[in-house]
Amino acid sequence: MAAHEDTIAGLAAALAARKLSSVEVTTATLDRIERAQQSLNAFVTIDRDGALAQAKAADAARARGDAGALAGVPIAHKDVLMTAGLTTTCGSRMLAKFVAPYDAFVVERLRRAGTVLVGKTNMDEFAMGSSNETSYFGTVKNPWNTAMVPGGSSGGSAAAVAARLVPGSTGTDTGGSIRQPAALTGICGLKPTYGVCSRYGLIAFASSLDTPGPFARTAEDCALMLNAMAGHDPRDSTSLDRPAEDYTREIAKPASGKPLAGLRIGLPREYFGDGLDAEVAAAIDAALATFRALGATTVDIELPAVKLSVPVYYVIAPAEASSNLSRFDGVRYGHRAAQYDGLADMYRRSRAEGFGAEVKRRILVGTYVLSHGYYDAYYLKAQKVRRLIADDFRRAFAQCDVMMGATTPGVAFPFGAKSADPVAMYLNDIFTIAGNLTGTPAISIPCGFTRAGLPIGLQIQGDYFSEARILDVAHRFQQASDWHARAPRDCAASEPRR
Amino acid sequence: MAVRGRSPRFEGIMTAKWEVVIGLETHAQLSTASKIFSGASTAFGAPPNAHASAVDIALPGVLPVLNRGAVERAIRFGLAVGGHVQPRSVFARKNYFYPDLPKGYQISQYEIPVVQGGRVEFVVGDAQKSVRLTRAHLEEDAGKSLHEDFSGMTGVDLNRAGTPLLEIVSEPDMRSAEEAVAYAKALHALVRWIDICDGNMQEGSFRCDANVSVRRAGDEALGTRCEIKNLNSFRFIEKAIQFEVRRQVELIDDGGTVVQETRLYDPDRDETRSMRSKEDAQDYRYFPDPDLPPLAIDSAWVARVQAWLPELPQAMRARMVERHGLLPHEAAILTAERDVATYYERTVAALGGSARLAAHWVIGELSAALNRSGVPVASAKVGPEALAGLLKRVEDKTLSGKLASTVFDAMWNGEGDADTIIAARGLKQISDTGALEKIVDDVLAAHPAIVAEVKAGKEKAFNALVGKAMAATKGKANPGEVNAILKRRLGG
Amino acid sequence: MSLTLQDIERIAWLARIEIDAREAADVHAKLTSIFTMIDALDAIDTSGIEPMSHAQDMTTPLRDDRVTESDRRADFQRVAPATEDGLYLVPRVIE
Repeated sequence: MAAHEDTIAGLAAALAARKLSSVEVTTATLDRIERAQQSLNAFVTIDRDGALAQAKAADAARARGDAGALAGVPIAHKDVLMTAGLTTTCGSRMLAKFVAPYDAFVVERLRRAGTVLVGKTNMDEFAMGSSNETSYFGTVKNPWNTAMVPGGSSGGSAAAVAARLVPGSTGTDTGGSIRQPAALTGICGLKPTYGVCSRYGLIAFASSLDTPGPFARTAEDCALMLNAMAGHDPRDSTSLDRPAEDYTREIAKPASGKPLAGLRIGLPREYFGDGLDAEVAAAIDAALATFRALGATTVDIELPAVKLSVPVYYVIAPAEASSNLSRFDGVRYGHRAAQYDGLADMYRRSRAEGFGAEVKRRILVGTYVLSHGYYDAYYLKAQKVRRLIADDFRRAFAQCDVMMGATTPGVAFPFGAKSADPVAMYLNDIFTIAGNLTGTPAISIPCGFTRAGLPIGLQIQGDYFSEARILDVAHRFQQASDWHARAPRDCAASEPRR
Repeated sequence: MAVRGRSPRFEGIMTAKWEVVIGLETHAQLSTASKIFSGASTAFGAPPNAHASAVDIALPGVLPVLNRGAVERAIRFGLAVGGHVQPRSVFARKNYFYPDLPKGYQISQYEIPVVQGGRVEFVVGDAQKSVRLTRAHLEEDAGKSLHEDFSGMTGVDLNRAGTPLLEIVSEPDMRSAEEAVAYAKALHALVRWIDICDGNMQEGSFRCDANVSVRRAGDEALGTRCEIKNLNSFRFIEKAIQFEVRRQVELIDDGGTVVQETRLYDPDRDETRSMRSKEDAQDYRYFPDPDLPPLAIDSAWVARVQAWLPELPQAMRARMVERHGLLPHEAAILTAERDVATYYERTVAALGGSARLAAHWVIGELSAALNRSGVPVASAKVGPEALAGLLKRVEDKTLSGKLASTVFDAMWNGEGDADTIIAARGLKQISDTGALEKIVDDVLAAHPAIVAEVKAGKEKAFNALVGKAMAATKGKANPGEVNAILKRRLGG
Repeated sequence: MSLTLQDIERIAWLARIEIDAREAADVHAKLTSIFTMIDALDAIDTSGIEPMSHAQDMTTPLRDDRVTESDRRADFQRVAPATEDGLYLVPRVIE
């Protein structure tokens, strides 16, 4: 097996056994990334020199015997995460030339684990989007069909893993921005419990929802990534101070014939209703059959308030964003308009030029819902309904251990298909948003393909801090299926396509 | 329109016709080493932006973490004013754009502040006054815009951004500029007393906004108020309020109406004027800061702070009046500053005798010496124990008041303690009756003419004889004794 | 709720984003459709429900009052659009 086809677990083992060096893996990785760049546009920044230096250091650490768990494994970070000395653009003209002066917490932790940072991945501008069409640096293409969107906002990170450019990458999930692109590109994407991974160094979109998490091709790899990424950070007041966990601990247990015996899978009625694509529904049903075969039982549940998660989200997230993005004013960093007449005009033009249409739209929505006379009707109301949704989840997890359903109502769609109608675009996140509003963990894993060859994602949601459990449930499914092993046609084949 | 000078009509304002209503919002900079949400230094006077950390300049991705020291100081204040320390309070974002506000929002407590209620008690003249507090909340300060010309632009220094502030909001309980100043002074003394603010007004550590309105005497409803921003001296508070009252009264008298607005006091022209740059209706879009979960203060913490808290000025004043026999205004002077009160208390303790004597000396000789030398009481060249040593010699009549002053000056000049100086200079007061009788008899014998005048009924002549006797002892005679002996001899 | 073009102007001013007349019309149309979706919340009875501001029910951690940051001005101002003598420069603010 070529190195690029290997998993993080496989690569780490090969590197540990000194069967190959990080310099070899990293060089090959960089070559593939560069070859795929034209067709996929998954990266905003490729750091060849930095990556090779890190690879050498990782090889040296391996030689000394003091290497971290993931030493020498090449990964990519979503460009919403601050990386010291590297351009960090957030997919925006506003930060097109912004060199970060520090590392985000998860970046720092993955460095400490020995990973090699090869580059920064493309994304929807300020993580606002579900198709990667809002990036200032152009759209990312879906490796399964380059006429289709990869999902968003972490589209570049998802496409890079799906195209076997890197074995793992980071993303951030505010309303589904890890899980939805994972589903649309046929890989695994985990949104951990809010507070498990520090937000320090994550350029804030919606602070009470933003959650960093990993992309990889297997649940086991996600667990390995999360082991490195999770942990308490005193620089983030919402970071949880909990004992460290080994997220592979359930996966590591030996399998029996019915490894999921006793598992109660909740099937929310609301996840299986109108609007769910028939091929997606069929794939989910087939996956559920596999879970039953593995010993699990299913139970019908209800989440009546969850249907309100999209309107709640489109009040709370823009409200927080409108405030979070005020710091981009052209004073201390970022884009400043060349021409202006006075201070207010400098602000207005710099922000008009620096932000794209979707970002501006959300800032305006957020400004409106917080403004005088509308706060109670919108913001406060949304916060109350958010509580109702959290209550639904609490009741549900009294009846089941995990909940399952489709990650998205449909599969990858063509560029431009939903650009004209923001609400149609927002409804893509209808199954994922509730997990952000509640702060509970969820993973999307591949569970089939449409006849047109586009991946279908299954979402597994758990209660707070159940990452090890849902990763294990996903892992057992992957032991019994091979959807995760399917690769798209190689976009980085040695002869770059014209 | 700015009105300057005092119009004739104004003279009548403070008569029965108008009532002035004033409330103050005071920003006290909390005396923490680091900022409220970052680990940057709060020290004053650093080069521009040298104390502006990633959090203070609002780099993308950075987050606030609350300083325990700032909360501790807010609790002290809450307890000191008898307010309610909220077990759970919330930080909100106040959103507006300004170059000295790097995040585009200020983190401040809005709906649920850390302290609610309380009151500040103080003395105006000899009258006791009490001003109720609405609330006190924690917030961060903004940076500074420097309007000197930088290539035709404004320079922004964010060193002050993120400095912890306690905003103390009073009820509109004050009825004159004089009361407002007295309140501000009492509050200023209190925040220093409990060691939460250095009170340095020149550096902006303590500054007030005044809400001023007027209404016709007897009216129930409050008039429309104007807020005068950033008053950083007691004199400016007084002047600005006086001007603003005059302006409002004249405006109404001329048939106009007061518009609710923010005004700025210009000390050079002694006037307030509208801040036109803030003309657009502000809409701060407050909402709870999602980066900061609620602040919890448990009862154990409050109890620890309560135990730490020193005796407060008001209680100390009452004790000084009741137990020490001081007059209210004397007690007020001694409790204006904690260091002065401490000095006085230590003097009384070391003296073990008359507290009034100690009070008079602290208020009189000591204050004068401090003023002359420009040193704070904490570094007075005569410490409380040394002063008590001197006062003991006054109490036991070794020294007259006049001699004691001489000794005090010598002590201040570093000549040693009181007894050393008394011995070295031979300043011991002569109270020995036998010796004094001899001296008086000598004086009487030497000045028969004056004796004759006394016998003829001239009061002044008696004093002349006292003076002669004092002079004969170089001032060391006990004047009371000399008086008594003279009376016995002449009144015979 | 119906959003007017004046509302768009007002919030664009509050948000300090310049919007020309053509953009305003497009923004107005898109925001109207977004708010139509959001208005589904109107029908929900939320009386007695505690608003939820945070995903976790926690209280804020407290940092010890220690100076931990050193001067990184040169570093931070490398990315600044305009500085002089260590100050950030902005168009003249008239007060």
